[in-house]
Parts: sequence; C-alpha cells; structure tokens
Amino acid sequence: MPDTILVVVEQREGKLNRVSWETITAGQSLAAATGWTLEAAIVGANAASMGAEVATKKLAKVYAVQSPKLEPYTADAFAAGLKQFLASKQPKLVLMPHTYQVRDFVPKLATSMGRTVISDCIGFRHENGKLVFTRQMFQGKLAADVSFACDAPWFATFQNGAFRGDKAEDGATAAHVETVALEIADNVIRNKPQEVFKEAKQAVDLTQAEIIVAVGRGIKEQKNIEIAKQLADALGGDLAASRPICDSGWLPMDRQIGSSGQTVAPKLYLALGISGAIQHIVGMKGSRTIVAVNKDAEAPIFEIADYAVVGNLFDIVPPLTEEVKKAKAGG
Amino acid sequence: MKILVCMKQVPQKDAPLKLNESGTWIREDVSYEVNEPDAYALEEALRQREKHKGEVVVITSGPARAQQVLREALAKGADRAIHLEDDKFVGLDAFNTAKAFAAAIKDEQFDLIFTGLQSDDYGYAQTGVILAELLGWPHATIIMQIEKTDTGIRVKRELEAGYFQYVDMPTPAVLTIQSGINKLRYATLIGIKQAKNKPLKKVSLADVQSAIGENLQKIEKLYVPQKTKKTERIEGPPAEVAKKLVDKMRNELRVL
Ligand SMILES: Cc1cc2nc3c(=O)[nH]c(=O)nc-3n(C[C@H](O)[C@H](O)[C@H](O)COP(=O)(O)OP(=O)(O)OC[C@H]3O[C@@H](n4cnc5c(N)ncnc54)[C@H](O)[C@@H]3O)c2cc1C
Ligand SMILES: Nc1ncnc2c1ncn2[C@@H]1O[C@H](COP(=O)(O)O)[C@@H](O)[C@H]1O
Repeated sequence: MPDTILVVVEQREGKLNRVSWETITAGQSLAAATGWTLEAAIVGANAASMGAEVATKKLAKVYAVQSPKLEPYTADAFAAGLKQFLASKQPKLVLMPHTYQVRDFVPKLATSMGRTVISDCIGFRHENGKLVFTRQMFQGKLAADVSFACDAPWFATFQNGAFRGDKAEDGATAAHVETVALEIADNVIRNKPQEVFKEAKQAVDLTQAEIIVAVGRGIKEQKNIEIAKQLADALGGDLAASRPICDSGWLPMDRQIGSSGQTVAPKLYLALGISGAIQHIVGMKGSRTIVAVNKDAEAPIFEIADYAVVGNLFDIVPPLTEEVKKAKAGG
Repeated sequence: MKILVCMKQVPQKDAPLKLNESGTWIREDVSYEVNEPDAYALEEALRQREKHKGEVVVITSGPARAQQVLREALAKGADRAIHLEDDKFVGLDAFNTAKAFAAAIKDEQFDLIFTGLQSDDYGYAQTGVILAELLGWPHATIIMQIEKTDTGIRVKRELEAGYFQYVDMPTPAVLTIQSGINKLRYATLIGIKQAKNKPLKKVSLADVQSAIGENLQKIEKLYVPQKTKKTERIEGPPAEVAKKLVDKMRNELRVL
C-alpha cells in the first residue's frame, strides 16, 4: 500500500473553516512532491453533511469521522476519537491548519500516540527523499527547516495564509465519502464547554477605515501614543495598535489589529514600531499599501511592507505629521 | 491552591540575532528576558493565591542564565523555584521539555499548572498541552480568566476573531495563559530582598535523563528568511523621509 497523507479539515457547527482549503492545497502539493496518496477527514457530530463539499477537491477519499460526543468540541473527545481513527488508517502524514482549535488538541493527540507535531509550518521541501517542514522561529525573525525523527504518523500544522485556499484543485469526479462511526467512552470528556460568544459590540469599527496609523511596542510609553494620534488626525485616519499596547491598557481592546483583534484592509496602513508577528500580520496584510517604520532593519514587518523606513519612529513621525498638515493645507 | 508556573527565558524582543557556526541555533551572546505570556501566567498564579491561599512554585529549564527568570518571579512573590539547569535543555523539543518537567515534579501535588500559550523563541505552542497529556490531566488553552468553582474551575478561553468561551473543568489541570489576562505587577524592593532567602531547587540533566529520550523532531537548519515582496526603502534624514512619504501618499497612493 502506498503511503497516505491525511488532511483533517476544520468545521464548526456544520460550516467548514475556510482555512481548511489551504491545508488541502498544502496536502495536494505534498502529494505531488512525494507521490503519496491524499485523503481528507472531516471530524464532528455531523461530519457527513460536509462530505460532498470536501469531496469536490482532488482527493483519493474523504472520511466523515462521526460521534455525537464530538459536539461541542472538546480536546478530550477529538484526541480520543482521532487516535482511534488514525490507528485504523495508519497514514504517514497528518496535516491540519494551525487554528486555535487544532493548537488545543493536536499536541495531546500526538503525545498520546508517542509522536510529535511540527507546528505552524509555512512550507515544506522534499529533497533526496527527505521531507523537511519550514517554520518561523523567534517571532518570524528566523526560519527553520525541521524534520521528523520518529516513526509515522507524522503531524504537521500549517500557518494561516501559508498556502492559497483558492488553489485547491478540484477532482475529475467527486471523491468517495466514507462515514466512520467512532466509539468514544463517556468518561473520556472532562471539560464542559459553554456557548461560544462575542464580547459586547465593539465601539470602534476599523474595518471600513481608509487610513490606519498603528502603533506597537516601539512607542515605548503610553504618553507617546499622542505622537501617533497626531499623525492619524492629520491624515484623517484611525489609530490602531498591536496586542501588547492593548494588553497594557494604553489603547482600548477594540483598536487591536490581528488574529485576536480586528482584520482590516485600508488603503494605507502605517505600522509604527510594530515587529510584524504573524498574529498581527493576519489582521492587516490585506491593506492596499503598507508603510512600516521600525528601527530594526531585520524586523519581519518589512517582509510585507511596500515602503520601509528603517529608523527611529520618534525622529520620523513628528516631521511626517507636519509634512502631512502642510500638504493638506495645500502646500 | 498550589500552582506551578512554567517560565521560560527567551532572547529579548529587540535582540539582534546571529546564527551559530552550524546554523542550527542562535549565538547565545544576547540579552534575555522572560517569555511574555509566562509573566502573565505568574501574575495570575499570584492573584489566585491572594484569593484562595496556597503556594506558587515557578519552574524553568535552561542554562545557568535562566535563573534570572526565577529570581524575578521570587521577587514578585512566588514562594519557591525549581531550575532544571543544563545547557542541553535548550535543545529539547516540546515533548522532551514536558517530560523533563513531569519528572522534576513527580513528588509534588499541584492543583494547577500554568504555562504561557507559546514561547517567543521556538513558538511550538505545545509544551503545556503535552505536559497535561503526560500527567493525564485535562487542559484548556489560551486562557483569559480563571475562577474557582465548587467542582473545579471555570476558565475563559480566547477563540479566533474576538470570540470567547467559558469552560468548566475539574482540577488538577494545565492551563496555557494568554498575554493580557491581567495587569502585571512590578517587583518591590522588599520583594527583591526576600527573594534571596527563598528556596531555589536545582535539578540536573542526570536527575531527569531517564525520563527523556531522543528528540522526535529535529532542526536541520536555521536561517534568515528570504524576502518575497518588493519593498522600497525610503532613506535620508527624517525631514526628507517625511517629504518622500507624503509625496507617495499624494501622488501614488492618492490618499491625501
Ligand atoms: C494566540 C495569539 C494571538 C495573538 N493575537 C495578536 C493580535 O491580534 N494582534 C497583535 O498585534 N498581536 C497578537 N499576538 C501577539 C504577537 O505574537 C506579538 O507578540 C505582537 O504582535 C508584538 O507586538 P509589537 O510588534 O508591538 O511588539 P514587539 O514584537 O516588541 O515589536 C516592537 C518593535 O518596535 C521596534 N522599535 C522599538 N523602538 C523603536 C523606535 N524607537 N522606532 C522604531 N521602531 C522601534 C522594534 O525594533 C520591534 O520590531 C498574539 C499572539 C498569540 C500567541
Ligand atoms: N524551557 C522552558 N522553561 C520553562 N518553561 C517552558 C520551557 N519551554 C516551554 N515552556 C513553557 O511552555 C510554554 C509554551 O512553550 P512552547 O511550547 O515552546 O511554545 C511557554 O510559554 C512556557 O510557559
């Protein structure tokens, strides 16, 4: 039997998480490089209801792995259920998106099987029969090629945006969907999750903003935020921030940009003293133009910036504000 | 409540990193600081102890330099510390780090173990969850609030895109703590003085060697990532940079 790659897609309440398509693209690319067979699994109480949707992609087979115990999501049920399923299928490589849910259960699953997860990968290479996965380290300042040093099954998770979901290839015909019923014992699940909710409606909506001036920890002190505010005001834009600024209470939470804040796509995003951690970037990479001011020429924010100013924001921002005011006044 | 807090020493956020000769790790001659979410985890443990009594123990694994993290934690109010001290601990994968911790605390009875949700250097986002599995305990990740209940604890999990969820769970348990769960305190002078007399236990690699094995994953190569996007550098003295940027905004981006 050829080796198989199994992509475990993510769903919540019967809706596929779109990042799943990215993982399928990654799987198709890995299958092409290795010659291994590609299959997918949907896990949940009503996994089969999403079978047809997933089966349109170029996959050898789709499993709908089901048990009433999988709803609501718990790490206990997912790890126990998937362990059972993987033991019966014995894939070589198991791929998942690096979502909050996957982070919650996949280290447990792998550990329960005596295996490891190469987490948050941004790519892979297959050279001379050896498979290495690329992941960011040191908050994106360095990258590493990482290989497995244990037996299969191997687990790898892919970072949001690492592959393009719209590049997932359709199959010539629909893949066969097989429903697998799991037996998960009652005493396995220890946590009792309550309803998922959103905090009271946000006072600030940055999603429609055309110009955003965002500050990061490079601003150093709360009082310095004024400097950025003046620039934002001069530009007629909105003030936003990276997470640590909001964690410190220097700006309210509803001005936070990133995976745990707002996702924005303004015409102009000015990043002042922001390093460019992936959790920040996912919230602003759709901006039409990104200008970054950072004193560190190696800061990862420059990877995605259109215009890079390597320098001290305290030197750059005040004259920039003046210049903007002049321009607006018709100078 | 008896709480263990795992605290890691990582290179300072601004530290310029250089690769070692073999390109498998960084040159260690940089400044270090405590991994950010771990500082929040300690703060949360101290607050829980203030409410419910008990003990806060901090643990780290790493070279002699990592002791600094424990000293700071003791100064902020932790009761005692455990240092798994050896240069080799730096190279362990998350599985082995968790195994070393499990071995080092096997004679202790904690109600809760806190880790940060992710380390700034490796960024595995795994050590806490693995530790829970090794101990046979339940866990919850990315925690923004913890309350004691009659049957255990109720925690608030952060989910993606501004969503949250409360989870009721029994103890003992492992929680991975998110930055921003609380407001950090500073060490007081008195705290710093008292810290000198607090117990700091050393555990050697030999003490836990039998519990750990070969790494299950291996860093083949570490390197500076290649740039993919075309970025235009705006250079010159600040006033000139400002002029150039405004010119771009007006004539190319048309936002002015
Ligand atoms: C699950 C999870 C969710 C997260 N969600 C988010 C999120 O939604 N949003 C978010 O932003 N982060 C989020 N984070 C945190 C994220 O990983 C980073 O820690 C954070 O984005 C870093 O913020 P920063 O760039 O402001 O700070 P740092 O990383 O400390 O960077 C500061 C930068 O300022 C530069 N600098 C310093 N002084 C100056 C100066 N005088 N002039 C110019 N530049 C200067 C430095 O060179 C450095 O690059 C999340 C993390 C996790 C694990
Ligand atoms: N060497 C270490 N010493 C102390 N704590 C650690 C160590 N490695 C990992 N941790 C803890 O595990 C968390 C997650 O780390 P990681 O799995 O590497 O992302 C960190 O925030 C720490 O709380």
